[in-house]
Amino acid sequence: MDKSYLKRLSYLLFAPLLFVSVASAETGNAIPVPHEGWDHLWLEMMIDIVAIGIIFALVTIYLLVKYRRKNPNDIGEAKPMSALSVMGWVLIPAFVFIADDVYLGVKNMKHYLEFRRPPENSYTVSVDAYMWGYDITYPEGVITSNELRVPVGRPIKVNLTSRDVVHTLYIPDMRTKWDALPGKQMFLWFNPDKIGEHVMTCTEYCGMLHSGMHGKIIVMPEKEFAKWVEENKPKPQLQEPAPAKAPAQPQTEVKTEGGKI
Amino acid sequence: MSSATVGNSGKFSLYEWIFTTDHKRVAVLYMIGSYAAFFVAGLMAMLMRTELATVGPTITDNPTTYHVWLYFHGAAMIVAYMIPALTGYFANYYVPLMIGAKDVAFPRLNAFSVWLFWMAIILALLTFVIPDPPDIMWTGYPPYSVMTAGNTAFYTFTVLLLGFSSITGGINLITTIVRMRAPGVTWGKLNMYIWCVLSAFIIQMVFVPFLGDAVIMLILDKYLGTNFFNAAMGGSALLYENIFWAYSHPAVYVILLPAMGILFEIVSTFSKNRIFIYKGAVYAGVMGTMAMAGEVWVHHLGTSGNPEWLVTIQVFTTLLISVPVGILMISLVGTLYKGSIEFKTPMLYAVGFMFLFLIGGLTGIPNAMSAIYLHVHGTQWITAHFHYVMAVSMTTAIIGGTYFIWPKLTGKMYNETLGKLGFYLFFVGVNCTFFPWLYLGYLGMPRRYYDYAQFPQFQPLQQFITYSSYLIFVAGLVILFSWLHSLFKGEKAPDNPWGARSLDWTHTETPPPPGNFKEPVTLPADWDPYDYSKK
Repeated sequence: MDKSYLKRLSYLLFAPLLFVSVASAETGNAIPVPHEGWDHLWLEMMIDIVAIGIIFALVTIYLLVKYRRKNPNDIGEAKPMSALSVMGWVLIPAFVFIADDVYLGVKNMKHYLEFRRPPENSYTVSVDAYMWGYDITYPEGVITSNELRVPVGRPIKVNLTSRDVVHTLYIPDMRTKWDALPGKQMFLWFNPDKIGEHVMTCTEYCGMLHSGMHGKIIVMPEKEFAKWVEENKPKPQLQEPAPAKAPAQPQTEVKTEGGKI
Repeated sequence: MSSATVGNSGKFSLYEWIFTTDHKRVAVLYMIGSYAAFFVAGLMAMLMRTELATVGPTITDNPTTYHVWLYFHGAAMIVAYMIPALTGYFANYYVPLMIGAKDVAFPRLNAFSVWLFWMAIILALLTFVIPDPPDIMWTGYPPYSVMTAGNTAFYTFTVLLLGFSSITGGINLITTIVRMRAPGVTWGKLNMYIWCVLSAFIIQMVFVPFLGDAVIMLILDKYLGTNFFNAAMGGSALLYENIFWAYSHPAVYVILLPAMGILFEIVSTFSKNRIFIYKGAVYAGVMGTMAMAGEVWVHHLGTSGNPEWLVTIQVFTTLLISVPVGILMISLVGTLYKGSIEFKTPMLYAVGFMFLFLIGGLTGIPNAMSAIYLHVHGTQWITAHFHYVMAVSMTTAIIGGTYFIWPKLTGKMYNETLGKLGFYLFFVGVNCTFFPWLYLGYLGMPRRYYDYAQFPQFQPLQQFITYSSYLIFVAGLVILFSWLHSLFKGEKAPDNPWGARSLDWTHTETPPPPGNFKEPVTLPADWDPYDYSKK
């Protein structure tokens, strides 16, 4: 089936939901802090499921205690139910579940879109995942391995790809992750709003050192970060000695070859 | 039954067991095979838990060894333990007895299914002796599974053999249920278990080919140089992930439904009560789950780069599966209402299920929410969730179900004290293991980690989980001991020790002879498998 057809159909079906979520995601000018939003959503969802769990558990315990067998010859006394009451027992819970599902789903989409819409002024770095590490390229040309330094308070967009197998870039403290697939450009973004260090690690099984594939995210004050970038930028004059070394080897090669002749 | 098949001389004969076509013996062969897989895969779990007890190497310094344990644990538990136990062992034993049939529709095909299953078990066990065992996880995601030095072919052929076994078993039991019900066993009076197993087999027949396709494409890529999943040549790893989960999510319901079916039988029998909202449970619960089984898989690809429109659909389709499953739970718990509940060992397992499955089901809701999923995907939260919802819940059904049919199967009663002791150890063990595990996942501990040097703060919690998991192993040994004790020392079982009303208890001897029923089953017009007011 044509993809765009499916897409249009889905927009038609879920248009109101998507509209609500998109609209709420785009209001407000301040840079969102997705991981804080995540914590709110988590709390709300937890209250929801714990409440359902406690109700179910209490009803179950009540029934188990109340209807335990008192005489060895007792039998259950439930009567066959009318079609109407069966319908009621199916449709009313179904309605409650659907209402709760839609409520959670719509709430969720708002936060999801926040995670998936990097602000325009993001500082963009590229991450290449490989077996087993992350290479990070900064827009100024700095290249690091397994250590991502970022300025505090500025949204960071990570362009993500993989050189070999499927990896994931996961930042537990930022409540986000995204897969790095070979041959595909993916992205994620986060908002490091406090100075500090965070773990980044791989969560898609990628072979022997999968659990050793991790690094650090260091959130620095803006000035220090600028200084660090300046110090680590590839400098054109520093690269000159390297080519100077290179001719030395061909020379020796020429000598031995000459000797052979 | 006169046929060219091997009979039952009444004495032990290995030949008779291997070449048997009697559905009850086939069921026992499935039982032994699936419990053997459970035991070996459980041992792997113990090894892994021990390894995780400390940061850094604990019992092995080779991560690949750990990954092979993990591969075997996952693959064997799902395709060699849970699916065969629920759709091979219980289905073969129960279905003909419950519907009043002499045997399954195609007894020799049935023998063929169990042979395929045993070949797969042997092939799977070879993992431990071949030079480069598969280290690819039970999901086998490419490109890793194509690039690895591990022998992906062993994975592929184990899965294919089990898939064939499952399809032949499905053809057999669906035909049996549709064609061989005794007069009077109408669709409106079928046992819940029969409905559940019928739906599970329909799901299995529709979706197993997806898994077959996925793993065949995998070995074509690995050994014959095709490029289905090779991005450099225009293929895509996402293709595999989609095809794989198109089967492997419905597989959850292939496991869930028969397990639910067994628990319905147990809860009804030990409450001496009708199934609460029987028709609602069948048409909305069982059929609803079957109908929705195929539309949930996309959430497994929650961080793989799906477009937003697909994510939007996936969130709601996944959340909505809670509706039929919730109705099944309401029906199961509602069956207690106005019942007369007797807490024998099988019933304790059913009660355990009600709580364990509740935790498992509710911790699934965050996984459907794409924003929450960004954090919990690929962490121990997911492993803890599916251990609650599948591993542990379904094991309560399998072990509880085994205690339930034990008298019929063996002709012996088990020791109630040993049975209860096993349950309590199991219940405490699994909760102490998997509840902290959920929390560990929330804190960000990824799954499939041989080591966790980047999270040294998790070591105390990991140790607690490791010690708790040993308790599960002890519980397993107590359970096994109670069965062996019963085999050698158990009292002779009466024909219907639980006072159940379905045909497998009321119309057969214990244990049932070949051919099951002495004379063709005839039923009064008002017969109902859940009517305890009669007799």
